[in-house]
Amino acid sequence: MAEIQENNDNGKKGKQKKFNVRVDFTPMVDMNMLLITFFMLCTTMSKPQTMEIAMPRKDVIDDDMTLVKESNAVTILLGKDDKVYYYLGRLKEEDYENPEKLKEANFSGDENSIRTLLLGRNREVVQQIKELKLRKENLEIADSTYKKQVTEIKKDKDAPRVSIKASDFANYKNLIDALDEMHICNIGVYAIEDITAGDLRLLENLTGGGYEKQTETEVKQ
Amino acid sequence: MSNKIKKKSTFIDMTAMSDVTVLLLTFFMLTSTFVQKEPVQVNPPQSVSEIKIPETNIVSVLIEPNGKVFMSLDKQPDRREVLQKMGEFYKIEFTPEELKTFELLPSFGVPIRGMKEFLALPTERQDQIIMDYGIPCDSLNNEFKEWMRNAKLVNKDLSIAIKADAKTPYPMMRDIMNTLQDLRENRYNLITSLKDMPEI
Repeated sequence: MAEIQENNDNGKKGKQKKFNVRVDFTPMVDMNMLLITFFMLCTTMSKPQTMEIAMPRKDVIDDDMTLVKESNAVTILLGKDDKVYYYLGRLKEEDYENPEKLKEANFSGDENSIRTLLLGRNREVVQQIKELKLRKENLEIADSTYKKQVTEIKKDKDAPRVSIKASDFANYKNLIDALDEMHICNIGVYAIEDITAGDLRLLENLTGGGYEKQTETEVKQ
Repeated sequence: MSNKIKKKSTFIDMTAMSDVTVLLLTFFMLTSTFVQKEPVQVNPPQSVSEIKIPETNIVSVLIEPNGKVFMSLDKQPDRREVLQKMGEFYKIEFTPEELKTFELLPSFGVPIRGMKEFLALPTERQDQIIMDYGIPCDSLNNEFKEWMRNAKLVNKDLSIAIKADAKTPYPMMRDIMNTLQDLRENRYNLITSLKDMPEI
């Protein structure tokens, strides 16, 4: 829709006719706005976040977990109704009747949570990583060195080794929450393991929540 | 002439406005990636992890709250080859037209026996019924395992991304994870949405 206006000079001859060439851009703007709207509605601006996990190979028995010092072992059990429990050390025969062994916790961050527990037990590593982070922020060390050193620090022999065991009643969110806590608390070694009959018995003894049903189905298999 | 009220032109110069819109349009066209059509709505759980998913070569596994599994491959030639290989494995022959239709599907998730009928349906109908199916992944008929194995055979650089709903029961996740472990796929990505890192 180019609009060409003619300047009418009342028929004076000799002078060339002047054309005022003015293009109306309104429809163009309309169309552009439409296209912008379309793109805004049909696109995702941010790429989804991911969490990388590495599972152990099935045919290789991981010695790492079995050789862990008992004082370092922490086991997190994911139970029914978004509840989470933990016990320290390994499970022994006499522990089944011990109501003090299994404790209830949560993912919130208060003094009763998994985070407080792990941060407390992983204090040295967390402290070192904090200092390192500060140095990185002050541009004293490069990003690659930072990453390398973090992996080194996480190898600390006295840091807790965490096993995450989910019951059949847990959901995916619980698992991610647990993995998240590992990330927050800078736990170097953790594994997702299958829940054992002993763990289920412990849960059953504490809560009476019907966990023995799972044991039965597992026996049938 | 002078006592007449001057007629003001209502003509507004839109050139500048047009410049701005074109600029915005260019920005959106360059930065955006299109939303992938997914057969079911899935809300991934939140996590503090800040790793981004790789751009290309992804095989994504979609798991909805009831445990139905869907898969998608991002490269069209891969899709065709994977279906061909699956056909060979299950002794089903797919015609070139069926392969073509499959190539254009954003995601798939029907049992392999019903694949031929599914591909013959019109697109709107496919979208409607795909929700009722899902790839079987139980221990008796683990088609998911075959899909994944063949996908990896076709393109060994594929990285696996699992997008599961927050409410998916753990046993279903365990089945998937065990299957991947059987295939010796020990490194994979779990897709989550971002949550702020708490102060510690």
